[in-house]
Amino acid sequence: MRRISWFNATSLTLGFAFLYIPMLVLVIYSFNANKLVTVWAGFSTRWYGELFRNEAFLDAAWVTLRVALVSSTLATVLGTAAAYVLVRGGKFYGRTLFSGMLYAPLVMPDVILGLSLLLLFISIGLDRGMMTIVLAHTTFSMAFVAVVVTSRLVAFDRSLEEAARDLGCTRWDAFRSVTLPIISPAVISGWLLGFTLSLDDLVIASFTSGPSATTLPIKIFSAVRLGVSPEINALSAILIGIVTVGVITTSLISKRAIMKRIAEENRADT
Amino acid sequence: MRRAALIALPFMWLLALFLVPFLIVAKISLSDIALAIPPYTPTLDLSRGWEGITDWVTGLDFENYIFLTTDSLYWKAYLSSLQIAVLSTLMTLAVGYPIAYAMSRAADEWRPTLLMLVILPFWTSFLIRVYSWKAILAQEGFLNQLLLSIGIISEPLTILNTNIAVYIGIVYTYLPFMVLPLYAALEKLDDSLLEAAEDLGCSRMKAFWLITVPLSKQGIIAGSFLVFIPVMGEFVIPTLLGGSDTLMIGKVLWEEFFSNRDWPVASSVAIILLAILIIPIVLFIKNEEKQWESEV
Repeated sequence: MRRISWFNATSLTLGFAFLYIPMLVLVIYSFNANKLVTVWAGFSTRWYGELFRNEAFLDAAWVTLRVALVSSTLATVLGTAAAYVLVRGGKFYGRTLFSGMLYAPLVMPDVILGLSLLLLFISIGLDRGMMTIVLAHTTFSMAFVAVVVTSRLVAFDRSLEEAARDLGCTRWDAFRSVTLPIISPAVISGWLLGFTLSLDDLVIASFTSGPSATTLPIKIFSAVRLGVSPEINALSAILIGIVTVGVITTSLISKRAIMKRIAEENRADT
Repeated sequence: MRRAALIALPFMWLLALFLVPFLIVAKISLSDIALAIPPYTPTLDLSRGWEGITDWVTGLDFENYIFLTTDSLYWKAYLSSLQIAVLSTLMTLAVGYPIAYAMSRAADEWRPTLLMLVILPFWTSFLIRVYSWKAILAQEGFLNQLLLSIGIISEPLTILNTNIAVYIGIVYTYLPFMVLPLYAALEKLDDSLLEAAEDLGCSRMKAFWLITVPLSKQGIIAGSFLVFIPVMGEFVIPTLLGGSDTLMIGKVLWEEFFSNRDWPVASSVAIILLAILIIPIVLFIKNEEKQWESEV
């Protein structure tokens, strides 16, 4: 084992302090009884209560959740297909255009994507609402799914697929029974990534939503644009809590899977 | 046959929802604003046949682009976005590199935990992480309270609603995007190369510049693009943390569209932004593809 140098220890401590202190402050002050967010006036869960009585927030949360579920699922199917085609599909007409269109949304500024999708929806006369947000979110989440799945596809041994084909599997059977199980961790993380990106998106949703569908980020943004609000602090603390539990659980599960694999390899060696 | 379907499905989706929208933006950027629904003219009227098409084509012009060059607001906004994006990318690199480096040098059993600690903020809402700085940087916020109480300053500092707050917000929210590719590159670094360099008389500093930095080049490139390109069009951070003098093109585009309802001008702002970003975007995609090919 290497000993960690003081320089590395300092950069890690400062780096993680910088990443976590703002979120920690937000969570602590969400329990502040005072309406003035920055002046502590004792512990209280008052703002959580007010949040759960706020129908507008609950409605928006429900819309956001449904949009995220549908769009991340669509994006996972399309993104996985796209990644598979790019890594295994060989050459085909328009391949460069295809990969360009697929990966550009990774870095394309949201304002451009949002504006262009809105103008499309208007010119084909599609009413703006939940459906249009789903279409928009699927388009950009697809890119993230494709990146995650691609990195898994390039890393795994192609001869496994070929062996299945030699043993008489059709291409589809080989994909379903060999490729898919191997890339499934990447497909799942791609779905999760698409899901969180959709939950989080403000700019594209603002362009593509109509009066009938307001998402949570749109509500949060209009509440905090002019200042800080204790209710939003409570909401933020809840969201941070959910993400923390989720990330810790998945990393524990993957850690256990790795330990199990190491144990099995050791057993096989002896 | 199945292969064709597999290609066609995502291909068609992207054509319809990615490429066609850009063509529409380009077309509207050549139109004029009008008091109508939709609020621009001319609109293509196919029911009038050939005459409808010719009227539509002759109605398009570059007036909006000429307008953008005459009003100094726009080019100042582009320049200031460029400045903010370049400087904040360098700052994020300077903050992120030591973190990624230390992570890659940490003991094996620590690495998954450290990686999780970087990924966790990445999964947490972007909007909320930007918002969290409002309460910290405000005039009566936590930072000023802290500095006043330990006596470093006697007057509260004005940070919120200035460009300093925008830089802090960008470095903070984009840090994981920089650290993750850097870590991926640094993790692969072979220690024996550094040992060899030291055996041959290199100082540690020199070995770092001659070996570690060049070998992490792809991580530096990927991380820098992942920060620079989206920051150029950033809207949330300058709106929540910046002041009225913070000029960024994403904010200008938003206001042009939602406040002024000038769709043609908003579209031409978007087209020029895209023209500025097209080279970095192509370089970014090329860099990603190179990385995958090297792994095959």
